[in-house]
Amino acid sequence: MRDVAVVSYVCSTTAREAVHNETEMIVPVLHEVVEKSGIPSKEIGFVCSGSLDYLQGGPFAFVAGLDAVGAWPPVRESHVEMDAAWALYEAWVAIQTGEVDSALIYGFGKSSPGDLHEIMALQLDPYYVLPQWPSMVDMAALQACAFLEANGATEKDLAEVAARSQRNARTNPNAVRKGDLTADEVLKQPVTHRPLRDADIFPITDGSAAVVLAAGDLARKVSKRPAWIRGIEHRIEAHSLGVRDLTHSESTRAAGVAAGVANGKVDIAELHAQFSHEELILAEALGLDASNTAINPSGGALAANAIMSAGLARIGEVAQRITNGDADRGVAHATSGPCLQQNMVVVLEGE
Amino acid sequence: MTDVFTAHHVIEYPGGYTRSVGPVIGRFLTGLRDGRIFAVRLADGRVLVPPTEYDPSTSAAVAPDGDHWVEVGPRGTVQSFTWVAKPRPGKHTLDRPFAFALIRPDGADTAMLHVVDCGSADAIRVGSRVAPQWRAERTGSITDIESWLPLGDGEEPAPAPLHVPAEDEQPVTGITVPIRLDYVLTAGVATTRYLKGLGEGKIIGGRAPSSDDVYAASRGTDPKSGEPTSIEVEVRDTGVITTFCVVNVPGLSELAPEIPYVSAQILLDGANNCFFGLIRGCAVEDVHMGQRVKAKWADELLPDHTSIRWFEPSGEPDADYELYKDYL
Amino acid sequence: MSGERVAVVGVGQTVHRTARKDVSMAGLVREAAQEALDDAGMTWSDIDAVVLGKAPDMFEGVAMPELYLADALGAVGKPMIRVHTAGSVGGSTAIVAAKLISAGVHERVLTVAYEKQSESNATWGLSVPMPFAAPLVAGAGGFFAPLIRAYMYRSGAPRYIGHLVAVKDRLAALRNPKAHLHIPDIDLKMVEESFLLWDPLRYLDVCPSSDGAMAMVLGSEKVADAAPGPVAWIHGMAMRSEPTMFARRDQVSPQAGKDCAKDVYAQAGVTDPRKDFDTAEVYVPFSWYEPMWLENLGFCAEGDGWKLTESGATGPDGDIPWNMSGGVLSSNPIGASGMVRFGEAAQQVRERAGDYQVELKTGRALGQAYGGGSQFFSMWVVGNKKPA
Repeated sequence: MRDVAVVSYVCSTTAREAVHNETEMIVPVLHEVVEKSGIPSKEIGFVCSGSLDYLQGGPFAFVAGLDAVGAWPPVRESHVEMDAAWALYEAWVAIQTGEVDSALIYGFGKSSPGDLHEIMALQLDPYYVLPQWPSMVDMAALQACAFLEANGATEKDLAEVAARSQRNARTNPNAVRKGDLTADEVLKQPVTHRPLRDADIFPITDGSAAVVLAAGDLARKVSKRPAWIRGIEHRIEAHSLGVRDLTHSESTRAAGVAAGVANGKVDIAELHAQFSHEELILAEALGLDASNTAINPSGGALAANAIMSAGLARIGEVAQRITNGDADRGVAHATSGPCLQQNMVVVLEGE
Repeated sequence: MTDVFTAHHVIEYPGGYTRSVGPVIGRFLTGLRDGRIFAVRLADGRVLVPPTEYDPSTSAAVAPDGDHWVEVGPRGTVQSFTWVAKPRPGKHTLDRPFAFALIRPDGADTAMLHVVDCGSADAIRVGSRVAPQWRAERTGSITDIESWLPLGDGEEPAPAPLHVPAEDEQPVTGITVPIRLDYVLTAGVATTRYLKGLGEGKIIGGRAPSSDDVYAASRGTDPKSGEPTSIEVEVRDTGVITTFCVVNVPGLSELAPEIPYVSAQILLDGANNCFFGLIRGCAVEDVHMGQRVKAKWADELLPDHTSIRWFEPSGEPDADYELYKDYL
Repeated sequence: MSGERVAVVGVGQTVHRTARKDVSMAGLVREAAQEALDDAGMTWSDIDAVVLGKAPDMFEGVAMPELYLADALGAVGKPMIRVHTAGSVGGSTAIVAAKLISAGVHERVLTVAYEKQSESNATWGLSVPMPFAAPLVAGAGGFFAPLIRAYMYRSGAPRYIGHLVAVKDRLAALRNPKAHLHIPDIDLKMVEESFLLWDPLRYLDVCPSSDGAMAMVLGSEKVADAAPGPVAWIHGMAMRSEPTMFARRDQVSPQAGKDCAKDVYAQAGVTDPRKDFDTAEVYVPFSWYEPMWLENLGFCAEGDGWKLTESGATGPDGDIPWNMSGGVLSSNPIGASGMVRFGEAAQQVRERAGDYQVELKTGRALGQAYGGGSQFFSMWVVGNKKPA
């Protein structure tokens, strides 16, 4: 396997991008991530993106993103209708084949134009579940309820996750929600989707994230401290909530084992927990302990959750901290589907 | 510039999606129509409800017939629930607050997602016993159970109202699912600039600083470089038909004229990209490549696409092929 | 081709129809996938990863259908990806799957592409009117018909050329039991008299709207060497994209198509496509795209594509038969069609194409898919001998 590293990362998120359309929104992000990479745009070997037509309300929405890339002369390019973490996976594979030595990956989407919680119901079983229209939050709340019931965790434990996220996010320029919140203050909030409170639920976010990957010597040439991908694995579970064990994330556990999470110290972990209980489930699945590992130092998805790029952003946030010397080894997690149905784990390390 | 245009947008396939369900889902839904809940016993002995076509653990196909089909319920136990305080009109079954729950019918090993109509979040907990409230008129849909109701100790579940089959009734083979999604979309800066120009009788284009290429109705970037077309350039409302087709398909759009009509690619003077437009003002047979045309503006100019009604021949001599050959 | 060797060890395909009302979405993909597994002599548990591809979710009204289909495709506990590159998606999905093996990540990958567009309507799905966009008064054909006119002008092609392809591909489809359109008495007169849609395209010059799925099992060299049946080795694969619109864009013979072909030919050591291939399966949804792609893919000089078509060279008795499966003109489940091209090319070199099998001399075939505004291209070269 070739050594592949993240050599640059840019993220730009806001509660509501009311002025720019999606193409205009991603132009500065793509330009900055390429410039920061130190690799000239026309030398980047492969471009891969992640986006969701249903966020934009029309088919082939991803094609507009290409206008921001500058795809001329023609480029090697692909797209997944998934969080761009999976676009990064496809790009990592392309580099492993030896066909290219570098890749630009980006994810984008606006959650504010539509009713995101309702749109995501279209992921659900088309015959038995969608006709009842449970929203994304209703589904998460069902998992939260099962988790609290089985695990013995309390609403206070959830509140602690929510509060810590907002406090960590104070230093994150991309955070949509940040503050000096305490768990007690969270508990004073009304329960809106039993057992979840507003602070337990990710904020609606518009935005994008981008990463440049480079292999071997190219990475060493352009980055002062590349964040090497030591392991990258993903797994999916069965679809129906009723057949899954909602209190554990088996696919995250399996992906984490395959990616080698336990092979070393985990200084930081960015977990794509869109709801507070998910962070507890994921940390357990990965064998992480908050006393040894800084969990979601960026504030995580509870601080900013631009659908289709938030998973990629978790990878970028870990990579950035390694490159900056704030950490030596970290784990990034990305999720897709209702209630953590599909999960990716990436282990990154600095030399 | 922050005053960009926004618009309400709806995606809705008229009439709803017509989904064929196959024999396994069909058998379960036929059971619901009959007021019964069926499950399937999988190879590992687990009783799965609602039956899916493929075993979630092994992916083995579940046969639509056989003694692995078992009836379960009607009573069930709540495994997990949440409370919907604000039901969504036109989507949720109930218009009063209700619980979504994972309910395990008696005899089953898995839970099914459904609605519990218990009045308040305090009236339901994990472990609550519930029973289905069946609709009187059932069609073979998951919503044939209108909701589940709390079942008191010793209480008997209300039986399903008898389903009287229609003459010649067949097992369920399909369902129709309405899906409507609403959005408020923004045009963005470049498109707003262009539409505002139309409202003033101008065709506004854009150019990226590092290029000479002008894009009429630019969407914000020079696609070759990805650079923003930050320099506003007005292009003329006259140009050349580079190529076109005669449309003979009726009713493609409310705005389409009577067939046959011509839809053309037009290289506007001053632009380096083609503009799409209808061609009118001459016989369809007389439209040709190289023909010079000018925009026919609407009497009332609005900042939208109605301002240019169509393009018509300008009477000027045809353009030389060399001038537009790169714009086919 | 970079990396480890990859081969197609199993192929499966549904019967394509206007509406497959006999199955659910899962049933549709399963039909193709099971056939591919059986062909490969494998079971679900043998597969390492699943790569799914399809076109816009709006057609079926299911967002991210890989989530629902994980159970049906044996992906539970495994990696699963869903690719979406517009019309070329079936091809790019196969390439993403193949790269998992050429990268050395997996040994056995199941790849599936499908569309069940009868659940809504393809015309509606392709032309959902978006605010602020110029109104689509011409429909999908209205984008391509002007380009066809431009091709006719540039090349001097006579007006009947497209109709020749319309007849050829539907006659070929008669020998393919999976094809959607079976029009036994199709002839030039029938096509010429069919309803004029977008001049010069008549009703029979245009592809149908189909429900269908395609699947392949791809294997590493070790897996291919042990396969129970003949395999198709991938000799080259490539993808290229260019923007939908830009100054002086050649929309008729896009550069991305030429670059993609050049890349895949270089990988496969192809210098004269007309001679080096026994056959090609090329995405021709409108009849005129055969002569246009003949040129874009280098099967002849620029301007000569229509002559090649007219000569019969691309017909069953010609030296470079194209689309003997019936092609997109005979079956078009949009998300699957690209993979159908790739899979049919593989079937030809495996000599598994039944009644529409071409005679093999070089043992190599080309699969090509395109999408969007003729801007996304994916191609592969397959052969029945191991690549050097």
